[in-house]
Amino acid sequence: MIAWLHQHRDAFLLALRRLTATPLNTLLSLLAIGIALALPAGGQMLLANVLHLASDTAPSPQISLFMSLDAPRAASEDIGARLQKHPGIRAVRFVPREDTLARMRTSEGLGDVIDILTKNPFPDAFVIDPSDDSPAAMEALAKDLKRLPRVEHVQLDSAWVRRLDALLKLGRTGVALLAVLLGVGLVAITFNTIRLQVLTQRQEIEVSRLLGATDAYIRRPFYYFGLLQGLLGGFVAWAIVRLATLWLAGPVGELAQLYSVDFALAPLSRGDSLLLVALAAVLGGLGAMLSLRQHLGD
Amino acid sequence: MIQFKHVSKRYPPGIDALPDIDFEIGDGEFAVISGHSGAGKSTLLKLVAAIERPTGGVVLVNGQNVGALKRNAVPYLRRNLGLVFQDQKLLFDRNVFENAMLPLSIAGFPPREAAKRVRAALDKVGLLEREKAMPIALSGGEQQRLAIARAVVNRPNLLIADEPTAHLDHETARDVAQIFRDFHQVGVAVVVATYDSGLFPEARRIALNHGRLA
Repeated sequence: MIAWLHQHRDAFLLALRRLTATPLNTLLSLLAIGIALALPAGGQMLLANVLHLASDTAPSPQISLFMSLDAPRAASEDIGARLQKHPGIRAVRFVPREDTLARMRTSEGLGDVIDILTKNPFPDAFVIDPSDDSPAAMEALAKDLKRLPRVEHVQLDSAWVRRLDALLKLGRTGVALLAVLLGVGLVAITFNTIRLQVLTQRQEIEVSRLLGATDAYIRRPFYYFGLLQGLLGGFVAWAIVRLATLWLAGPVGELAQLYSVDFALAPLSRGDSLLLVALAAVLGGLGAMLSLRQHLGD
Repeated sequence: MIQFKHVSKRYPPGIDALPDIDFEIGDGEFAVISGHSGAGKSTLLKLVAAIERPTGGVVLVNGQNVGALKRNAVPYLRRNLGLVFQDQKLLFDRNVFENAMLPLSIAGFPPREAAKRVRAALDKVGLLEREKAMPIALSGGEQQRLAIARAVVNRPNLLIADEPTAHLDHETARDVAQIFRDFHQVGVAVVVATYDSGLFPEARRIALNHGRLA
């Protein structure tokens, strides 16, 4: 066990030595990895900010429930009581048919039309704030409400939620696509760096084998190299996104003030930052593994 | 210690380096394998270190059938051998101390214990004063002595050398031969393949001619 730990320590130190042996090459590789990873990471940061902005500034989606025209007031009151107790409903407001008629009569251009009607054409209605305003939850709640007695129509006011949801989905898909493509790029960069390392260390590999080195011993420094390069590239990506956030914070703040919105650009969350760095290290290790399989063989 | 039983080695496309060879080298023995260039000396040593596999027959080293060893068992066989190569196979980006340390790093020795062993080995070959020097700064004889120090740092019971004096002047070659003699005197079995068996007059001579015992 101690021997194994010594070997890992030696492999790690050797990988560090190889990284620092060619500082310019290492710096350029780290920049390439950093920039590649900064794009999806920056996209994720922007998406999180858009989501935050949307939830802060957009009105809550609502559901309108209309009773049938012949429903007596008692039936409406009964439905009102049920809605108050419904677990999926956060708030409910009753709109009597008389109030709707009066509001329509005062609406420009509608007063004359309303006056010639012999009876009130509007039903009693309820405006409902759901507990969960995700499109799926609202759909489910609407279906549930439609089953109530004397309910004629249930209308979801969630078009904008759907649009925003679709936009966010598009954004997330774009970020995921970018992450996959640039992640493959990172693997390719590491693959090539390790290939060059294997070529330049060919003699050391041969000598080590002759002196009793196992395959694991020979591969270990290369794995550490890939992991370290990925890890450091992840840090560079994080730093790029952080700097970009600081740079954009001023102009975004000014824009938000012009729209009277209280909004400040937030940097990558701690979780996303950790994920970025960890993922970069894993991809570096993967690049090393593929390269060793290809270039060191059996 | 080493047994060759009807061993043959054939290289493509059908070149017989060793047609059929039988011999034995005992514990602590000093043997010289001599012969002209192409006699099969290097092939024979490669078979002992499992660098090559025999085409036929059995090679036993320390009781292990080298030809039947699985690939992942070969490193552990080599860790118990001291190998010295004609071209030394030193790492020129590492200093003398680090080169001699390599077998111990591979075996996972604790650094303090390894450093003691490396200094002892360098002392035996007269290179302790030059432990920080890079191999490029060493003479041919010093490079060969470093290769010997690296071979013995693991304290093997068998030291194998392939033409260790090939590129050395006669005086340096005699110094290097003396080092092998010193190791043999402390109980290490030594097998040297050389065209100049006169350097080791006291050693048992195994002469090869076109892959056969002469």
